[in-house]
Amino acid sequence: MSSPTTGAGQPARSYPPRPAAVYFYATCLVDLFVPEAGMDAITLLEREGIRVIFPDNQTCCGQPAFTSGFPAEAREVAASQLDLFAEDYPIVVPSGSCAGMIRWHWEKIFADDPVRAARAAAIAERTFEFAEFLVHVLDFRPRDAGAPTTVALHTSCSARREMGTLLVGRELLARLGNVKLAIHDHESECCGFGGSFSLKHPDISTAMVSDKVASLKATGASQVVTADCGCMLNITKRAAKEDQDAGRAAPSLPGEHLATFLLRRTGGQASGEQR
Amino acid sequence: MSAPTTQPGGETRPLAFVSAQALRERMHAAVNDPHLRTSFRGAMDFLMAKRAAQFPDESELTSLRELSEGIRQYSLSKLPDLLEQLETNLTRNGVHVHWAETPDEANAIMLGIARRHAAKLIVKGKSMVSEEIEFNHAMEAAGIGALESDMGEYIVQLAGEKPSHIIMPAIHQTKQQIARLFADHIPGVDYTDNVDALIQIGRRVLREKFEEAEIGLSGVNFAVAESGTLCLVENEGNGRMCTTVPKVHIAVTGIEKVVEKLEHVAPLFSILTRSATGQAVSTYFNMISGPRKPDEKDGPEEVHLVLLDNGRSQAYADEQLRKTLQCIRCGACMNHCPVYTRIGGHAYGTTYPGPIGKIVSPHMMGLEQTHLLPTVSTLCGACGEVCPVKIPIPELLIRLRGEAQSKPHALPAMVGQGAGYDRLTTFVWRMWARVYGRPGSYRAFSWLASRFRMFAPSQQAGWTAARTPLTPAPRRLRDMVRNRR
Amino acid sequence: MSPRDRILAKLRAARPAEALPAPSLDAHYDPRARGESTSARAARFRAGIESFHAEVHLTTDAEWPALLARLCVDKAVGTLMFGADTPSGRRLDSAIFAGTALRPWAGQIEDLKADLFHRVGAGFTETRGAVAETGSLILWPSDAEPRTLSLVPPVHFALLDARTIHPTFFDAIRAENWGAGMPTNALLISGPSKTADIQQTLAYGAHGPKELVVLVINAEGETQ
Repeated sequence: MSSPTTGAGQPARSYPPRPAAVYFYATCLVDLFVPEAGMDAITLLEREGIRVIFPDNQTCCGQPAFTSGFPAEAREVAASQLDLFAEDYPIVVPSGSCAGMIRWHWEKIFADDPVRAARAAAIAERTFEFAEFLVHVLDFRPRDAGAPTTVALHTSCSARREMGTLLVGRELLARLGNVKLAIHDHESECCGFGGSFSLKHPDISTAMVSDKVASLKATGASQVVTADCGCMLNITKRAAKEDQDAGRAAPSLPGEHLATFLLRRTGGQASGEQR
Repeated sequence: MSAPTTQPGGETRPLAFVSAQALRERMHAAVNDPHLRTSFRGAMDFLMAKRAAQFPDESELTSLRELSEGIRQYSLSKLPDLLEQLETNLTRNGVHVHWAETPDEANAIMLGIARRHAAKLIVKGKSMVSEEIEFNHAMEAAGIGALESDMGEYIVQLAGEKPSHIIMPAIHQTKQQIARLFADHIPGVDYTDNVDALIQIGRRVLREKFEEAEIGLSGVNFAVAESGTLCLVENEGNGRMCTTVPKVHIAVTGIEKVVEKLEHVAPLFSILTRSATGQAVSTYFNMISGPRKPDEKDGPEEVHLVLLDNGRSQAYADEQLRKTLQCIRCGACMNHCPVYTRIGGHAYGTTYPGPIGKIVSPHMMGLEQTHLLPTVSTLCGACGEVCPVKIPIPELLIRLRGEAQSKPHALPAMVGQGAGYDRLTTFVWRMWARVYGRPGSYRAFSWLASRFRMFAPSQQAGWTAARTPLTPAPRRLRDMVRNRR
Repeated sequence: MSPRDRILAKLRAARPAEALPAPSLDAHYDPRARGESTSARAARFRAGIESFHAEVHLTTDAEWPALLARLCVDKAVGTLMFGADTPSGRRLDSAIFAGTALRPWAGQIEDLKADLFHRVGAGFTETRGAVAETGSLILWPSDAEPRTLSLVPPVHFALLDARTIHPTFFDAIRAENWGAGMPTNALLISGPSKTADIQQTLAYGAHGPKELVVLVINAEGETQ
């Protein structure tokens, strides 16, 4: 199995029927920094009648070490996660890059360990990015209870290129009657996060995220929605810094995880205030 | 040229050792140059749109990419055999074949040829390999003129710079800068920023040189083993001039450029021009199989091919890194790279900039001076997505990050392995794995981080330079889940 | 060991135990075959090469020499150079070329370099065929028609028989079995010389011909 990063378009994939239960793999960033996104995703899934199992031993998919060139460390962490999903339920991940890590790279990092590699491959098969799961497995049909609004959508590079889920985010927003999607210029371009890249090369990362924020703001959208918390923190905290520097009190570019946005729009009680 | 990315006064010298610190400074200067940012953004947008227009049929693109990848991988799997077959057939056709392991060897071979012909001037078609080996410098040091004749390369040479893009060498220059350059450097030329007029000036100056030069130098896009044919892709006609008019033609190329059959060239040529400049085809596709025959009336009397290794066999030795050699040098990866768009080609300090430069330069120059390059990427995957031969560039960047940071091995796979090794970074990742690899430790750590969130630093390395700080949430997701149930 | 032997030894030591299977070009090209008529193919060729700024004239086998003579007058070509020892070259008659001096190639390039570069206004060549998909002429220069005829003079006139147009470059290589033996030089030419090296602005007449004029015969009676 190889990553479709080098391919164009979405990888062909078959989807299971609607399950009774799912595992929710929150990712380390959601657990510690954006828990409301995870909570809102869980609430949404439960509202759809799905039992959500949150394995308490979940930590991290290992991606930060993997992409930084520390495969042994990534492997150590990933190995600790292989036991979490005993039942044959789908695994839902509210992040394109973590889903991509599990789906395409776990098997590879266990290449010299056939037993673990086989388990990783089996897990990969039933791992779905959150938005992908809503559209393709649940056929989620939300009833929009919100006021008319225009939003911009940022699709993470991993969701777009590794998970091939560019279109599902758009599809979900299109299913909300009162939400208009504003397409920003250079829509497919990276926001400049790149994990350790943002720390290691702050100049270039700043240039990229500043351009992204400018493009998003130029649409006149009331907010940005994304299904990846890394990108979300990068974009919204850059916008917040611009507001701070300009002495603006109200956020000029608020952002929300897609799960929170969908929950709010459909009359649900979002779990957090943080935008 | 005002852009600070141009290393002041240093660009015509051989590639000096560019330390990680110097690389950082170059990138810093480039990204903060608004003129450069604007011009590269505009140029890259233009090239991306032109490429996209060449592939209206997604299924044709998918099929052609798979075929092109297949041809390159097949060719590489038979590389030593194909090189020998190429040599045999070229020799039979009357072409002299030379082999060079290093840039110095390649330059020495070509200098020998030039001296034998008492050459004073060599006119050059566009060749990135000649840039890679600092050919011009080597010839000039020996008192032989080496003149670039591709318009972009000519401009860059006049300016004392290096190409900032492998397909469009002068992409960083505006027409006003070029107008000034011509007026200052070409006798009898007045300032004009009319592009047609500038090109006609270049044409006039260079035509004299095609007539005069004893030797023409070119690169090679594809070398065909079965027929002993060297294929060149170009638009201007200078490549044909260099390979037709002077008495001697020297072609120089990397050992990876060989394919088995002539028909293999057809799809590669098609995907090359469409990916590179968004052209359905280039103006000229020039297939050269030998020197002038006794009854022929023009063409060089002597043709030489120099096959250069320069680190390619190192990449070849590893199954994953070998994919680097699939490259057909179209430049689409740089046209689509958000980092290249922000810093331009000069900041990299390598002959090949952009994503392909990050994965190929470590083999040519060693990791000592290139270990930072693979880190200058968000791994967004735009490069891999457009690569016409499906090189998994992000995967190779990750691999090189690992090679750079690994503890040096007794038998390193790569020159300079471990050059980016740093005890602190390695320690941090070890500790990270200790914590995140043990659910109990992670729970304790994340509980503490959340509980003592008020102690999160307000200055967080590069992050807070442009963003508000990251602060752990007051309650972790696992706390929220537990409390609710 | 020589550099050659060292390089080959390194590659042999590292090469895969077995070569990968040969790629199937037919699987890509067969489903995309068009099965079009000569005139449809000529039209596609024409649209392609015109998009690259070439001038195309549909004419007939009987009329092309006169058309060429007229075009030379239109373009103020003082001297037209050509290969006299080809079927087409033999048909160029100074009687119809009023105002344009006909100069058959004679001797080696070294003998006529100065004239070729500075005094010849146009070169005329036959073509071996063309490629419809991209609008490319195929030339196999020879002792009768040297390479520089299509390169150095500012105008290049090319005569093309529409029946020799191939759908794709791949088809041309396959149908004519090029792999079995190539001439010293073979060319695809798609328009006059050009460059976009200054600020992505397209300019014609970089180093080669500023104009490419194609005379097409046998395009199934379509004349203009």
